[in-house]
Amino acid sequence: MNVEDPVRWVDERLGASPLLRKALRYVFPDHWSFLLGEIALYSFVVLVASGIYLTLFFDASSHPVVYHGSYAPLQGVTVSQAYASTLDLSFDVPAGLLVRQTHHWAALVFLVAIVLHLLRIFFTGAFRKPRDVNYFIGVTMLAVAVFEGFAGYSLPDDLLSGMGLAIAYGVAMSIPVLGGNAAFLAWGGQFPGSEAFEPRLFIAHVLIVPVLLATLIAIHLAVIVRQKHSQFAGDGRTERNVVGTPMWPGYALRSLGLLMSVAAVLVLLGGLVQINPIWQWGHYEPWQATNGAQPDWYLGWLIGALRLMPPIEIHFLGKTWVPNPFFGGVLFPTVVFAVLYAFPWLERRLTGDRLRHDLLDRPRDRPRRTAFGAAFFTWVATIFAAGSGDRILVNVGIPYEDQVWFFRIVALVAPVVVYLMVKWTCEQLRATGARPLRGWTGAVVRRTPAGGFEPEAPPPSTRPPP
Amino acid sequence: MKILRWLWRGVLALLLVFRRRGAPRARPPRDPSEREARPRPRAELLVAGACAAAGALGVAFAVLFVVDPDTQLLGAGLGASLAALAVAFIVAARAVVPQETAVEERPELVREEEEQAVDETVRESGEGVTRRRLLGAAAGVAGAGLGAAFVVPVSALGPNVADRINHTPWRRGRRLVHQDGRPILADEVEVKTMLTAFPVGADPRQLGSPVVLVRVPVAELDLPAGRRDWAPEGILAYSKICTHAGCAVALYRAPLYEPTSRPPALVCPCHYSTFDVRRGAQVTFGPAGRPLPQLPLMIAPDRSLRAAGGFSGSIGPAWWSVRR
Repeated sequence: MNVEDPVRWVDERLGASPLLRKALRYVFPDHWSFLLGEIALYSFVVLVASGIYLTLFFDASSHPVVYHGSYAPLQGVTVSQAYASTLDLSFDVPAGLLVRQTHHWAALVFLVAIVLHLLRIFFTGAFRKPRDVNYFIGVTMLAVAVFEGFAGYSLPDDLLSGMGLAIAYGVAMSIPVLGGNAAFLAWGGQFPGSEAFEPRLFIAHVLIVPVLLATLIAIHLAVIVRQKHSQFAGDGRTERNVVGTPMWPGYALRSLGLLMSVAAVLVLLGGLVQINPIWQWGHYEPWQATNGAQPDWYLGWLIGALRLMPPIEIHFLGKTWVPNPFFGGVLFPTVVFAVLYAFPWLERRLTGDRLRHDLLDRPRDRPRRTAFGAAFFTWVATIFAAGSGDRILVNVGIPYEDQVWFFRIVALVAPVVVYLMVKWTCEQLRATGARPLRGWTGAVVRRTPAGGFEPEAPPPSTRPPP
Repeated sequence: MKILRWLWRGVLALLLVFRRRGAPRARPPRDPSEREARPRPRAELLVAGACAAAGALGVAFAVLFVVDPDTQLLGAGLGASLAALAVAFIVAARAVVPQETAVEERPELVREEEEQAVDETVRESGEGVTRRRLLGAAAGVAGAGLGAAFVVPVSALGPNVADRINHTPWRRGRRLVHQDGRPILADEVEVKTMLTAFPVGADPRQLGSPVVLVRVPVAELDLPAGRRDWAPEGILAYSKICTHAGCAVALYRAPLYEPTSRPPALVCPCHYSTFDVRRGAQVTFGPAGRPLPQLPLMIAPDRSLRAAGGFSGSIGPAWWSVRR
């Protein structure tokens, strides 16, 4: 077939050739850190593909049934339809367990990639005008993705998901004044909720939130295409141009390679590395909980905050105005996201820089931003680490009381220390121009007989100075 | 500061020891566009081979799916197929197709004459409109009314909290039973263990149902005033739902060696709220804001345990109008 034919076919109907020509020559700057967002995107692709398969077998109902599948230890146990169908999915549907585990791994990688992508954006200043609008969409997607992940692992109605939902209910109840009614509306009554709750969670997880995410992704990408990619300085790259590999053929093939790599890693993980074996946790009853239970990693910061919060509640006039879970479960994530949302504006205010920026910063060139980002990240990461206290107790034996006090202090002190250290390091790096990760960049000098110094010529190519 | 500078030099020296070898790259600014296209038969062969491998592994997956859907084999097969395809794409991108670096101009986003045209269009749209305020207010009324019409149906999602949240199945005389419905006898509750009990005939999944039974020596009891006879023979019953975030208080930290151990406590595994069972489940550690509600007990003539009344306070996680 002649290559002109399909182009002509499209052109005669849509007149799309000018657009196609531009699209094929669209330039992608090269840097490994630009791939983090793509990894998130491709994890989402894997999530949708595997998720569709799972919806064909999962039955989102809390109705009790007697389990009669092929997993012997649970034979004859009365469990919810959701739990039973997840067991069937894992043991009796061909490739069901592979797809379920791939889906779960993909969710974990999705959020890792989003967070790393956010860090890259933050530390290189890619959130500045004109990309602030895309930064807000990205931060929103992070919040939506965390909720989506939580809704997903809450669906199978196993012990872990039940414990997570119990806490979510407690946190919802803790919202001042409105909490009780908000929780009753969401759950359709008091926890564990009415029969309507499980289907609600399901439809949120498989329809409402994915559609929202897909829409946000589409806008995110459209904005990138409009503004074109940011790039690091150097090598003919300026604020006014984009230098890199064109979409066709080079970049499209590379990116497809990345898609296949992400999918390969996720499928291999799903097939070879067990995750969330719900038959071992058992089904959930509200009177059950277990020690050493951990949520998926992206909720660790919230459980850590709930654990570290001192027993403070605000009462007056016979009402509990602020129940304790509000601080760790609502206020803490609100503060974290408020800081993320406000940062571009905050930086504009502090630096007075309102210009458009298309060249990225090296982190060292913005010591205060880099230091603040590192300190803020340290704060959240410390609280995240505190979320694994029960594992530390089980595996190492350090009492949880000591751990809580340790993490409370570290969460307050470490950010300050990190801020000062990072700021100082950046300033030193900037002043000396050293590039410790990029090899030798100094000059070699030789002492002259007269006692002075002169540069050795020619500069050494591979040999280090003596 | 001098010490810091020396420290810094030390760090730099260390980094330099482990540096990557390579010449300094200092190129003058130039037009970075370039294009290189030359035949690479070996790379093409590699791509073809990888594609063939991907296809073969894909077929292997399909065959396995029908013959023996083993999770590990399926995962390895499909994963390897995708990995082979990844190799094919990446080799094709980096070695088969022409290698180019292209330069594109960035679009100018701000175009003032266009902005003015937009402004003008908007302004002109108001020409001849006399009752601007009235129309604005009317539109507001329409929006608010329609907004209410869309928002109010949310209330159908669940019942009002009202007072039902404080309703529990526990009444004076109600028997305590195991999960399977067998009555619990006083002698089944032993020191240093915990038992979960439910009100006979009630829904065990209701948050007000499950209680934890523990026994401590009577002499060690230090219950709040007015609860003197709530723990016959030292048997205590507390709501099993944590007053912090509603998890099941499923851990009992019984002292292993009294002289050095901490006092017996119920511990919530979710956020470590720790309740001293001898002192009416007072919070001794963790984030909970109030003690676990206590259920008064009595021992029937047949030695079975019965409730002697309702809980001492509101069960479940704290909220706006929780009763202290």
